[in-house]
Amino acid sequence: MKLDDKLYLIRYNTDKQSHITIADDDVCLKKCKHKPCTIFCPARVYKWDDAEESIQVYYEGCVECGSCRIGCPYSNIKWGYPRGGFGVAYKNG
Amino acid sequence: MEEFDVIVVGAGPAGLAAAMTAARNGMKTIVIERGEFPGAKNVMGGVLYTQPTSRLLPEFWKEAPLERPVVEQRYAFLEGDNSFAAGYRSPAWGDPPYNAHTVLRAKFDRWLAKKAEAEGVLIITETVVEDLLYKRDGAVIGVTTGRAEGDVLGKVVILAEGVNALIAKKAGLHNQLGPEHVAVAVKEIISLPREKIEDRFCLEPGQGATLELLGDSTAGMIGTAFIYTNQDSLSVGVGVLLSELIKKQANPNDLLERLKSHPMVRKLISGGETKEYMGHLIPEGGYKAIPKMYRQGVLVVGDTGMLVNGIHREGSNLAMVSGMVAGEVAAGAINSHDLSEQSMRTYQDRLKETFVLKDLYKYRNSAHLFEENPQFFTTYPEILSDVAREFFTVDNVPKADKQKLIWKEIVGKRSKGDLARDLWKLWRTMG
Repeated sequence: MKLDDKLYLIRYNTDKQSHITIADDDVCLKKCKHKPCTIFCPARVYKWDDAEESIQVYYEGCVECGSCRIGCPYSNIKWGYPRGGFGVAYKNG
Repeated sequence: MEEFDVIVVGAGPAGLAAAMTAARNGMKTIVIERGEFPGAKNVMGGVLYTQPTSRLLPEFWKEAPLERPVVEQRYAFLEGDNSFAAGYRSPAWGDPPYNAHTVLRAKFDRWLAKKAEAEGVLIITETVVEDLLYKRDGAVIGVTTGRAEGDVLGKVVILAEGVNALIAKKAGLHNQLGPEHVAVAVKEIISLPREKIEDRFCLEPGQGATLELLGDSTAGMIGTAFIYTNQDSLSVGVGVLLSELIKKQANPNDLLERLKSHPMVRKLISGGETKEYMGHLIPEGGYKAIPKMYRQGVLVVGDTGMLVNGIHREGSNLAMVSGMVAGEVAAGAINSHDLSEQSMRTYQDRLKETFVLKDLYKYRNSAHLFEENPQFFTTYPEILSDVAREFFTVDNVPKADKQKLIWKEIVGKRSKGDLARDLWKLWRTMG
C-alpha cells in the first residue's frame, strides 16, 4: 500500500496557513547534504525541489509527530502546533 | 476575567488524570486541548494497564470503550523469514481485575474526558496554549492561548502537552531532545472480522493478545514492532529511534510495509483492510533525559516529562500516576497558599516514591546500552534463529556433535569474550 493512499485515509481539518516553516532555505541548499527530513518523515511532508533549490513543505499531510523538529541536523525546521482545531483528527488513534 | 485554580494543558491520560484529581480535591479546574476533541491527536500502541488506571477510576472497565482484555503476551525474534517466539497466556487475565486491555486512544481519551467533565472539570477544545502567562515579577499566573482575548488565569499550570513539549521547553522544563532520545512510531489500523482475529490468535470470543516483534522486524535498527488485537481490527506498528532512521536513511512507513510482508505477519493480517495510518514520537531517553519537572506554579507530567519505560512497553500508566500526583500536589500547594518552587518540588519528591521514577531509575543506563551495542538488535536475533534451526532440525547428526556445531556457530558470530561481556552489560543494566 502506497503512503499517499494511507494519508488519504486520515481525517484532517486543513488550515490555509502552514504550521511548519523552513527557517533558512540557504541552509538546506548549501549545508545540508543528505536532507534527512525528506527521508525519515512518516508522512513524507518534505520534498526537495531541484528547480526551486529548496525544500517544499506539504504540511497538509503532517501527522504531527514532531520528528522533523528534532531530526533536522541544522534545527532549520520550525514546527509548531497547528492552530486550534486544525490538523490531524484521528478516528482511532 | 475568570480565574481557575488549576490549568491543565493537554487532554491525554496524564492531563485528564491531573485534572480529575485536582477537581476531586476541590480545585476549580480547566483542561485546554488543541485537538478537535480530546483524543484527536493522541496515539499509542496501545496497551492500557488496568491497575494504574483503576486507581483513578475504580472498575472503569465496566463502561470504558476498551478493545480486548489481553490474555496473552507473545514475543518473537525475526531473522529473515524465520522467527523464534515465546509467550505467556493466562486466561484469568480475561476476567476482572484484568491486567491490561488494548485500546484506541481517540475513543478512550474522549471517554476519559467525559468522565472528567462529570466530575466538574471544564474542558475546552480547539485551543492551542502558546505560552505561560507571567506577572511582572516573573511569577506564573496562567497561560496565553491562540484565541482572541485568550489569556486564562490560574494558580497552578500542569503541562501535559505530550512529547513535543513546546511550552515546557519555553518554560525551561524540557531539554532539547536529540534524535537518539525519541522513537518514531507508525501504526496502521487493519480491520478484520472478529472471528478471524480470534482464530488467528487462538482466542476466546472477546479476548485479546499482544505480539511484540524484535530483531529483523525493524531491519536491525534499535526499536520494536507490534501487533495488538482490537475488537474488529489489528493495530500493526513499528517504532525505531530517529537517530537510526537518519543513520540508515530509512523511512518508518517503508519499515512498516516491510514488516507487513514478513511471512509471519502477512498471514496474521491477510484479507484485512487498512482503515487508518498514524505517526507519533515516543520519548525513549529514559531517566537521564527527564527534565526538571517543577518550578514556581508549574508542574510537568506524562510524555512532556519523558515518563516512558520503553523496556516494559509502559507509558500511559506512568502518565496517569504522574498526573494524579501532580493534581494532589497542586491542590495541596493552593490550599496552603504556597506556590513557590520549593512547594512544587514536593511533586518530584513524591514521584520518586512511586514506581514511575523508581522503574526509570532502575533502567537509567538502558538507552545508552542499546545505542552502544547494536548487536542486541542484529547479531543476537540471528544467533537465536541459528541455534533454534540447528536444534530442531533432525538430520542423523548425533546430538553431542550437534551441540558442538551449535556452539561453533555461536562463537563464529560473537567471540566467547564478547558473549561474556554482552551478558555482563545486559545483567548490569537490566538486573
